[in-house]
Amino acid sequence: MIPYIRRAAALLLVLLAALLVNAARVQLWEAAALDENPANRRVAIARYEQPRGNILVDGKPVTGSRDSGEQLRYERTYKRGPVYAPVTGYSSQTYGTTLVENAEDGILAGTDPMLAPLPFWNDISRAREPGGDAVTTIRAAVQEAAYRGLGGKRGAVAAIEPSSGRILALVSSPSYDPGVLSGTGRPVKEAWARLNGSPNQPMLNRAIRQTYPPGSTFKIVTAAAALDAGVVTDVDAATDTPEPYVLPGTRTVLPNAASGCADASLADAIRWSCNTVMAELGVRVGLDGMVEAAERFGFDDPGLRIPSGVAASNFDRDMSVDQLALSSIGQFDTTATPLQMAMVAAAVANNGEIAYPYLVERTTAGGGRTVDRTGRRSYRQAMRPGTALRLQQMMTEVVTEGTGTNAAIPGARVGGKTGTAQHGVGNAGTPYAWFIAFAQADGAPQPGVAVAVVVEDAEARRTEISGNGIAAPIAKAVMEEALRAEPQRP
Amino acid sequence: MTATTTDRPPPGVRVPKRRGVELSLLVGAVLLSVFGYMDVGLARNGAVPPDAARYGAGLGLLALVAHLAVRFRAPFADPLLLPIAVLLNGLGLVLIYRLDLETPRDQAATTQLVWSTLGVGLFIAVVVLLRDHRTLQRYAYLSMAAALALMIVPIFFPAVNGAKIWIRIGGLSFQPGEFAKILLAVFFAAYLAANRNALAYTGRRIWRLQLPTGRVLGPIVAIWLLSVGVLILERDLGTSLLFFGLFVIMLYVATGRTGWIAVGLLLAGLGAFAVGSLEPHVHSRVEDWLNPYASIEAGDGPGQLAQSLFAFAAGGMFGTGLGLGHSVLIGFAAKSDFILATAGEELGLAGLTALFLLYALLVARGYRAGLALRDPFGRLLAIGLASILALQVFVIAGGVTGLIPLTGMAMPFLAQGGSSVVTNWVIVALLIRVSDSARMPRPETVEAGTIAPLVPDAR
Repeated sequence: MIPYIRRAAALLLVLLAALLVNAARVQLWEAAALDENPANRRVAIARYEQPRGNILVDGKPVTGSRDSGEQLRYERTYKRGPVYAPVTGYSSQTYGTTLVENAEDGILAGTDPMLAPLPFWNDISRAREPGGDAVTTIRAAVQEAAYRGLGGKRGAVAAIEPSSGRILALVSSPSYDPGVLSGTGRPVKEAWARLNGSPNQPMLNRAIRQTYPPGSTFKIVTAAAALDAGVVTDVDAATDTPEPYVLPGTRTVLPNAASGCADASLADAIRWSCNTVMAELGVRVGLDGMVEAAERFGFDDPGLRIPSGVAASNFDRDMSVDQLALSSIGQFDTTATPLQMAMVAAAVANNGEIAYPYLVERTTAGGGRTVDRTGRRSYRQAMRPGTALRLQQMMTEVVTEGTGTNAAIPGARVGGKTGTAQHGVGNAGTPYAWFIAFAQADGAPQPGVAVAVVVEDAEARRTEISGNGIAAPIAKAVMEEALRAEPQRP
Repeated sequence: MTATTTDRPPPGVRVPKRRGVELSLLVGAVLLSVFGYMDVGLARNGAVPPDAARYGAGLGLLALVAHLAVRFRAPFADPLLLPIAVLLNGLGLVLIYRLDLETPRDQAATTQLVWSTLGVGLFIAVVVLLRDHRTLQRYAYLSMAAALALMIVPIFFPAVNGAKIWIRIGGLSFQPGEFAKILLAVFFAAYLAANRNALAYTGRRIWRLQLPTGRVLGPIVAIWLLSVGVLILERDLGTSLLFFGLFVIMLYVATGRTGWIAVGLLLAGLGAFAVGSLEPHVHSRVEDWLNPYASIEAGDGPGQLAQSLFAFAAGGMFGTGLGLGHSVLIGFAAKSDFILATAGEELGLAGLTALFLLYALLVARGYRAGLALRDPFGRLLAIGLASILALQVFVIAGGVTGLIPLTGMAMPFLAQGGSSVVTNWVIVALLIRVSDSARMPRPETVEAGTIAPLVPDAR
């Protein structure tokens, strides 16, 4: 009997070995694949097990975390949610993350390997670092001024510090409170449906994700192209432009809003926003020159990230001459995000060079140790420095004596450009009011802020819609706040 | 180890009883369980559970009383059996307590502690009252009748989760099939011990298989078929698989005919295929096993087996730590069928391997007692009881880790389930009893004449 007992024992030993090998297969070999299975709730549970790191504005968090006591434990909360939604985005247990919540998710959720003091240590210990913070470049006073200025009207504001590329304000209106999307369950789904179904599109980030025809504000690009190409050498010389101006190859007469545009100089054309002169200059620069100039400002670049992706602004590369003429005054197919137009103003203010715009100054570990810092980077040289100096002068005259007087700030040099953009089929839609500007406090070594404001005001009567009337006061308020205090250096 | 006379200590030499070893191992087992209990509290609430001392004292008291019973009534018993049982039961209580934290409406740890106490009580009763395991041989047919009766009773009670294996009286539920395991092992051991020569050497020979006469083989096959049939009727595939394996192993050990193993495997294969394809409850489990992620692909979320595999994967090598896993995702059977998934998630492959080795040690010690015994009944009983534990561990552990189709069975000592924990304590008590006989110096050197000389073993 003894040998048979031994053999039976050997059989059981084989079964034990099979169990151990199989357990090792599941727990070691297949573990990674099973951990990442989308049906495995553990990743989500672990993600929300600890409070999320915060997004900071002026050193103070505009976000928070709430212990919900549910399986997905911590939910996101927002302070002044609608004001900062175009910056923070949302962090939802149901719908994922957007904007800075998305771009810095690894840091905020505590999963970024850079948070761990020792590389790979957390892989072994399975420990999780507390969530880190994302310090933004946004300045609360500027952001609030822009939000207040829009006053719930459909529109957007983007403000940049021209020398560094720091984004000081990014506002989209009407906005929404991202906090309503934080958790799970019926209320969140209902809020999602309501926000997505609203005709006002509150979740649309108009500052970086919506493009508008830039209208007359685009004339700055055309002027820079004409000066750089040598089409205009003396900004005060007559440009030999007829009025009325018939679009080349058509019988369409291009109207002017202002009078006295016949044969006007470039400086006068900018000051009074002459369509005819700028259209003619664009045609003289030619398609290639105009495309090149527009691209130097950032048009047609789908890769711009702040760190969230910015919608590409458009300047067509293939157009007939009459289309080029319209495009040169910011109509036809030319479209731009408010951020793009703020970059145009910043290029002028910063002697032709555009600093890469960015929204996250630095990220820190839970204890405050800096993990990563965004440095100043050059984006593009949009125009020659001399051209920029001339444009600064011309834009300043727009505010002192031209179409943009509502943006004037006592004690500061302000340069601006108004715009009223037609849109819709046969220009049937209500025009958009634009204003782009830069401002330099007296005595300051360089301009402190460049801003773009767009207001889609469906309520106002068409005749009242003008960049100066509606958009310029908002730009003024934003620039005043930006110049008021020395920029905080977090 | 073998039953040759050279192993026997010469008269007058003191045989080491190793009761001190047992006691120190018991202290270790109790401490380990209490530390686990404290660990759960620290991980979950940042504080040692307020009743940790009470839990430790309770488990310690049970272990101590069991130890005293062994010390005075089975002084030569294997010193590893009791500590392993206490450790497994203690860890089971820790895991159930840990899972209780996730299910506020289903508190099972206290009930399990009551059942464990009852189990230890029965353990002590068996060790104290059963002076010689050979007494059981006399009650072979009574055991068989009782086993069949116990298995048939649940047919008259409503099914629970698809299986008719429960008796519910008041708030208590009991699985009589659990206890039938022991009775059937006793019957098999007695019958095979009495008839093994006839089984091995008489009858016709067909090819390489020695077929015993129907007169000898008939009754035992009939009993076995009856019990497996009843279990299939009750949809308790796990236990019928266990009985099948038990029968084949005991038949093989008794007769030494390899052919039985072959026939057994063939029949098992055919039976499993037939039941797996015809019986819907079992069929769905086979489907689950073949494709555990089918429900995910169908958009219905992960099934229990997929959740179990997720849990094991989450544990990795060293586990998340007690109390820090998410076994709650597994669902309603987390404390019974799937408790091993919690062990795998929170203690990792390291902890799971340790658990498997504890079971392996328990089984090996049973086999060792079987080898050292000199009477065929005792041998077969020891092998049978140890095999019950081994097969049970294999079937349930293989099921929850996706090695074999899942069958609802309880992990010995670990899982929530009163009848299971009581039955396993009785199994350990019987193993203690047979190992005491196995390691006891030859009767004539101690109590000459009180026990009849043993029949020489015919191998």
